[in-house]
Amino acid sequence: MSARTFALGGYGPRRRSAWDRLTARDSIVWRMDWMILLSGVALAVIGSLLVYSATRNRTELNQGDPQYFLVRHVISLGIGIALMIGTVWLGHRRLRSVVPVLYGITVLLAVCVLTPLGATINGSRAWLNLGGGFTVQPAEFIKITVILGMAMLLAAKVDAGDREHPDHRTVLHALAMAALPIAIILMMPDLGSVMVLVIIVLAVLLASGASNRWIIGLCLAGAGGAVLVWTLGLLDEYQINRFAAFANPALDPAGVGYNTNQARIAIGSGGLTGKGLFEGTQTTGQFVPEQQTDFVFTVAGEELGFVGGGLILVLLGILIWRACRIARESTELYSTIVAAGVIAWFAFQAFENIGMTLGIMPVAGLPLPFVSYGGTSMFAVWIAVGLLQSIRTQRPIAA
Amino acid sequence: MTNIPETGRSSRVTIRLVVIQILVVSLLLTLGGRLWYMQIRNGDEYQKEAKGNHVQQVVQPATRGAILDARGVPIADNETRLVVSASRTELMKQDDDGKAVLERLAKVLDMSPKTVKEKVRLCDADTSQPCWNGSPYQPIPVTDDAKPQQALQIRERSEDFPGITAEPEAVRRYPAPYGADTSQALGYLSPVTDEEIEKAKDTDSPFLPSDEIGRNGLERAYDSELRGSSGVTRYEVDNLGRVMGEAESDKARPGSNLVTSIDSRVQAVAEKQLDQAMKNARKEFDKNTGRNYKADAGAVVVMENKTGRVVSMASNPEYDPNAWVGGISGKEYAKLTGKKSNYPLLNRAIQGLAAPGSIFKVISTTAAVKAGYPFNGKYNCSSDFEVGGQVFKNYESKGYGNIDLGRALEVSCDTVFYRLAYKEWKKDGGNLPKKGAKDWFYKTAHQFGLGKKTGIDIPNEVKGRVPDREWKKNYWEANKDAWCKQADNAKGTPSYAEKIAKENCVSGMKMRAGDSVNYSIGQGDTLVTPIQMATIYAALGNGGTMYDPTLGKAVVSADGKSVKEIKPNPHGKLPLGDKTLRQMDKALQGVATRGSAAWRFGEAGWPQDKIKLRAKTGTAEVAGKQTTSWLATYTDDFTIVMTISQGGTGSGASGPAVRNIYDAMYGVGKDGSIDKSKALLPKPETDLPKIDKDGTIVAERDKRPADKKSASPSASPTDRSPTASPPGETPRARGEAAVARNEGEQQQRRRDGARQVSDARALAGGERP
Repeated sequence: MSARTFALGGYGPRRRSAWDRLTARDSIVWRMDWMILLSGVALAVIGSLLVYSATRNRTELNQGDPQYFLVRHVISLGIGIALMIGTVWLGHRRLRSVVPVLYGITVLLAVCVLTPLGATINGSRAWLNLGGGFTVQPAEFIKITVILGMAMLLAAKVDAGDREHPDHRTVLHALAMAALPIAIILMMPDLGSVMVLVIIVLAVLLASGASNRWIIGLCLAGAGGAVLVWTLGLLDEYQINRFAAFANPALDPAGVGYNTNQARIAIGSGGLTGKGLFEGTQTTGQFVPEQQTDFVFTVAGEELGFVGGGLILVLLGILIWRACRIARESTELYSTIVAAGVIAWFAFQAFENIGMTLGIMPVAGLPLPFVSYGGTSMFAVWIAVGLLQSIRTQRPIAA
Repeated sequence: MTNIPETGRSSRVTIRLVVIQILVVSLLLTLGGRLWYMQIRNGDEYQKEAKGNHVQQVVQPATRGAILDARGVPIADNETRLVVSASRTELMKQDDDGKAVLERLAKVLDMSPKTVKEKVRLCDADTSQPCWNGSPYQPIPVTDDAKPQQALQIRERSEDFPGITAEPEAVRRYPAPYGADTSQALGYLSPVTDEEIEKAKDTDSPFLPSDEIGRNGLERAYDSELRGSSGVTRYEVDNLGRVMGEAESDKARPGSNLVTSIDSRVQAVAEKQLDQAMKNARKEFDKNTGRNYKADAGAVVVMENKTGRVVSMASNPEYDPNAWVGGISGKEYAKLTGKKSNYPLLNRAIQGLAAPGSIFKVISTTAAVKAGYPFNGKYNCSSDFEVGGQVFKNYESKGYGNIDLGRALEVSCDTVFYRLAYKEWKKDGGNLPKKGAKDWFYKTAHQFGLGKKTGIDIPNEVKGRVPDREWKKNYWEANKDAWCKQADNAKGTPSYAEKIAKENCVSGMKMRAGDSVNYSIGQGDTLVTPIQMATIYAALGNGGTMYDPTLGKAVVSADGKSVKEIKPNPHGKLPLGDKTLRQMDKALQGVATRGSAAWRFGEAGWPQDKIKLRAKTGTAEVAGKQTTSWLATYTDDFTIVMTISQGGTGSGASGPAVRNIYDAMYGVGKDGSIDKSKALLPKPETDLPKIDKDGTIVAERDKRPADKKSASPSASPTDRSPTASPPGETPRARGEAAVARNEGEQQQRRRDGARQVSDARALAGGERP
């Protein structure tokens, strides 16, 4: 019995009732990684509470409706879970054939952001205005298509059994494929997404088994590029300040320094068990900007304390740990690479997001996966979970 | 890793996946560690910061206590002015950020909307004055000069003026009762500095940026008592400063009132007389310098003998203490402190230094008696006395033959003291001083309290100096280089100054005969303050006890429940026995009846049989300047010491003024008759003014009908004047009392700063021939 049969649902050799199929020992439901799903859902539930706490008082944002953000957040979550189910239903292997199309669409969307269709928020032209108050952030989807695209290219020959590792030419192709959207996003400029994409590219190359020279070369190129960007003054001053102020809030006391400082006060003042949900003075006093999105972790830190903040870390840890298992246990390189890319994405984005609120990472506009308010991010994250589940469910069951 | 299927995948990939997993886990562990560090290890610190973040303090100023004279008449109090303020937090809550309200307010106040808006905006880097520099949570004053009608409109239509208040507020005022400024003794207030605000920030009584604190005089000495403590309301606010709820508040505690020993009526007379004496001196021709006396500064102190309490303290030039109220302008400040100003801020009574001249002779006499020269012995009062080729002359070269020390005091015979001082100088070794030299004349001066502060209860007193051997040595060491250099640089015939420099260079450390001789009659390098001499003469008048001079008499809490009396504090005894004291006292009476001051007192109708007056005149010489006039006098109860710099002789320049002050105090008429009903202060005021149940200190009604006009009827600083409340708000419960006060207030206002010369002053101003 091939995995394909299950992926296509109703096309199995034996016709069984839907219930039977879902509950059977070899069904998708049975084979799914429930730890990942439950962790993700738990994070999303905590996230909903935090988003609500952060926004119920922000009358200038929520248009007088305390549940404005909560409702939208929950709707996004619903769509996200639906997208996950859809992804599992389609299966990562089937997606493999349409990757070039998906890649093309997302890159096109990203280009659109640079046209007058794009919307600028917080100094980044990273949003695409869909009208009717809806905006999407193509960079979030690009994370997926870059992972899928690179995995497709890098794994093609290996999975076909032609080579043990991807050759230089293939790696070059894959890098070029990733470079195009990164360049576009750099122009927005959405530094946070660029950082995540670079880490994804590194992880993907690592997992693909590409030559060490590529890995080391890429690291050196990254470092050299950073030095070059710094010395040539390619970055706007606000970006430099953003980078420097996390270590020294005094550098930019009214801007990023203020954010960092208030975020630290919020989290630090939470103590062991926090001030209680909806009781945080920093949160109700709205001292932390962007608290429902990039700084959502400060709500947890202040109102739920070390226990709540730690819980989020543990849930993320479980999720990522299980994802690692999926990557290791996958039978084909394509799946391994996809899983590794998703792991790097989740892990680094979570580290960067929480790290900046804790003052150990520079401030960058990145949402906390599963938790932050923000539709596009939510969709992308759940699609990625769908990919992980698909990889998990479509591998042969171990004995 | 137990169930990895056979994938045929390279081990490289497997290893790398493990690497990724390790990296990822370590990232999460890093976050966990950092979270623990911030929340558990340093949590307290952040909790404190969070608290400071969302709690804003609004400070309610405490009403400053009044300073009252001995009879309860306020000499510093608070004026209630109608202050219209706007609360920014309230205005910002409105849809248009309070624009409409401010425009309505401008109309009511007859101001342009622009002015009102400018006053309410906050100062920042791009916004210059007019703007509000204080805390944005503090109501911002739009005007402190609103009319009751305007205040009423704002209050009655409060729904039209959300965030606007019209409240009477206290502003410091120096009412100058009877025309007595009492400027230097009162001192002044000025705004707190940033450092002081910073320092007091976390104390129980933080400052407002608009606060003022005492900088000099009584305002400074009793600042902590007068200031009270401000109230603090702590609001929880959000990041935009919107108030989320009131946390806690401490009520403001009004400052205590200070009752002083000053009698404003006597003070007025003293100020007026000092000023007049100086004006008169300027009309006098000085034969020595060939021009009129400059009379550039003067001081007079009236003190109670038995307590050291200061009844009056005047220093000239003076100034209007109201100049400081509401912040002083740069121009006015220059007028008070600039080089051309002659420094009216200096309180010459405690900061003015001069050689004492012959009023020092009470010390020399004591020294002589202690050195073994009998008081009643006979001493040669020749017309001159020669020491080391230098001739020291008596005043106007008069000789009186052989006289006792008492007579020497009476006629202020210099040569008697020259001889005694010379003898003692020789006994102490002359130019080669013995070890353990007695130095009677110097030692006695120290025992009389010269060269050190009297301990008066107002700041910045100076200590003067006794030019003894130690001082000489120190002075020489500090200056010898300059002197020797000057002497060395002399070319050709040395000038007088160069000769002196040469002499000082060689032997400036030595106590020379001339120094000692000159010193014995209060000339030379001795420097004293009027308050030191008043302390000494008051001690002569009370049997020999020197008291710390005090102006403060009692601190009365605002509610009147706590009255802390400031008790007289003796700090020493005069070094002379009762017998000598009596002899000296008699001699000083002689000065007033037949001696150097007789033409001002005994021979000018002073009722010596009823009011025993003692006096000693002094005329101190100052190198390069005109003589300093000194007159030290005392009766059984009071001491008056007056000095005028570059004013002429003691009896000549200061005599009439001192006499006029006594006349006013005791009610002495021109013919020497005593009219007790006219006497301002025939006996020291021993009682404190009456304190009402509500803490109001009641000013004593003057018995003389003429004074009714200017006496302030109420002294309570907390008294919110009804004129300042909108008419509808007149407190009915207070009934007549309120109305009576109202009238008083208006009368006070009518005087309107121009200060009609009060009756007391006019009376005192009468010239004596």
